[in-house]
Amino acid sequence: MTALSLKNVNKSFGKVHVLKDINLDVEEGEFVVFVGPSGCGKSTLLRVIAGLEDATSGEISIGGEVMNLTPPSKRGIAMVFQSYALYPHLNVRGNMTLALKQEGQSKSVIEERVQTASKMLNLEPYLDRYPSELSGGQRQRVAIGRAIVREPKLFLFDEPLSNLDAALRMNTRIEIANLHRQLGASMIYVTHDQTEAMTLADKIVVLRDGRVEQIGSPMELYNNPANQFVAGFLGSPSMNFFPAGIVQSGDDRIMGIRPEDLFLADDGILSARVSHVEKLGGDTNVIAHLNDHQITARLFGQHAVEEGQDLRLGFDPQSAYHFNTQGARLY
Amino acid sequence: MNKVRSNPLNTVAMHGALILYTLIALFPVFIILINSFKDRRSIFREPLALPNSESFSTIGYETVLQQGDFFLYFQNSMIVTVASLFFVLLFGAMAAYALSEYRFRGNMLMGLYLALGIMIPIRIGTVAILEMMVATGLVNTLWALILVYTAQGLPLAVFILSEFMRQVSDDLKNAGRIDGLSEYTIFFRLVLPLVRPAMATVAVFNMIPIWNDLWFPLILAPAEETKTLTLGSQVFIGQFVTDWNAVLSALSMAILPVLILYIIFSRQLIRGITSGAVK
Ligand SMILES: Nc1ncnc2c1ncn2[C@@H]1O[C@H](COP(=O)(O)OP(=O)(O)O)[C@@H](O)[C@H]1O
Ligand SMILES: [Mg+2]
Repeated sequence: MTALSLKNVNKSFGKVHVLKDINLDVEEGEFVVFVGPSGCGKSTLLRVIAGLEDATSGEISIGGEVMNLTPPSKRGIAMVFQSYALYPHLNVRGNMTLALKQEGQSKSVIEERVQTASKMLNLEPYLDRYPSELSGGQRQRVAIGRAIVREPKLFLFDEPLSNLDAALRMNTRIEIANLHRQLGASMIYVTHDQTEAMTLADKIVVLRDGRVEQIGSPMELYNNPANQFVAGFLGSPSMNFFPAGIVQSGDDRIMGIRPEDLFLADDGILSARVSHVEKLGGDTNVIAHLNDHQITARLFGQHAVEEGQDLRLGFDPQSAYHFNTQGARLY
Repeated sequence: MNKVRSNPLNTVAMHGALILYTLIALFPVFIILINSFKDRRSIFREPLALPNSESFSTIGYETVLQQGDFFLYFQNSMIVTVASLFFVLLFGAMAAYALSEYRFRGNMLMGLYLALGIMIPIRIGTVAILEMMVATGLVNTLWALILVYTAQGLPLAVFILSEFMRQVSDDLKNAGRIDGLSEYTIFFRLVLPLVRPAMATVAVFNMIPIWNDLWFPLILAPAEETKTLTLGSQVFIGQFVTDWNAVLSALSMAILPVLILYIIFSRQLIRGITSGAVK
């Protein structure tokens, strides 16, 4: 069964057309990540799914039922916000139980769900604290707990990690992946961070300017991007683009090569001047200039490359991508 | 900023200026207070002297408490001020929430229309207001004053509160909606507590003009049983003789409730005024 299905969903704020003809199916138990640059409409799409904004046109079904006119609390969804949005006047227990009380659940059910969720998220010692007495990471866990206790058909996460510091972000990312495994629930997760998208998703939806650019599993998108935008957005460091004419004169296409596909070779076809070197121990990132184009090579292991040095880089022609000047993939 | 603060010379200068300002601001209040405890002769002979054993007298307070129904006036003022503040805050906050939270046709125009009242003094409409009050039979009732002061306070309240309400996190309100809270619960339980400092600011700005007003009580509710304190005190100011003891005593007592209300609101008020600057 499909947990969520969007058919030709559009959303305009006055004259501003923010979401354009979104079509999407989320299967039961699937972890779907919406990824795209800031301002591309990810949060708006999530709010339309949640019912916090009305779609201008199109159909939204959750669990097989059309939900366009259903209020947010009756859609069987739960949402985790970037700013946590905990109720400041309620303690952790109060925050987690409010929705259940509104639904009129019995005391024993409420108590049992709070127990389960707080155990799962290690929140037991904090149940009587107020949000202002918690650290950022703890608040985030309370926000997730508040979603879990409702046992929703669909979880919605809006950039839940972007207010956490780097170490905590990594841990929480793993926790969310574990949570998905334990609960087996359908989840939609919004982020502008391609690493989060690649590591968490069963299915990635790449958005740009309110349009779906491509939908697929992380490896499908990585290995087989539909266009230059998707190719450049996924992968870190991102794909190098330069006119194919540099390699073969007369070629007016744009060539794309991933940094990890470049290697040092004395007879390499690309000759570039190094402008910066990042030595990470396990990897060495070389940023170099190819005529006027900056390219990045990710070399495995440690290399004695210095700034200002001239290099020759080679690649396997099989690993190169080609795009036309409009950015569409050419095969 | 820290550097400026920690320099002792600057600290002294800053506190000096603040103390000077405090003295200037409190001086009239101080003069009223000390003179209210002196007999008539000493008030005129040495207005700046403190009351001593010779000049000390509570004749003013006695006159005030005996003549006229001072406690009734006091009660009227209190009822009018508190009720007006309550309605200004309630309706002001509701209108501000509607303007800042909901997108509807004419939202901008409505906001401008409500803000217009800030620039146009309500006294211009006195004649029309009086006619309306006569027509509805509200003349010489406290409701007449409460309604007028509510109308007078609303524009500024809507203006200030809607600005603060725009800053309340959308995520918080949306979290409430997803958890099934009604719009009213979201407004009263989530939004109002977060704009409490702004509410206190509005309350203080409205309280003093209402408490001190002479105009509308004189025109709309001059009857004995609806007189406010300010109006009641006027009996001591005659065309030919003024009972200064009584006037000063009445004024001294009139300051007290405002002072108490101010102390209640002041912590929130300071937060309201500085929150914009600090954030
Ligand atoms: N309430 C609104 N009114 C008008 N425009 C809005 C509103 N909410 C979002 N937008 C516009 O929609 C676009 C997408 O916003 P958003 O969904 O928040 O992007 P993202 O979450 O991907 O960063 C932005 O250009 C933003 O200006
Ligand atoms: Mg967003």
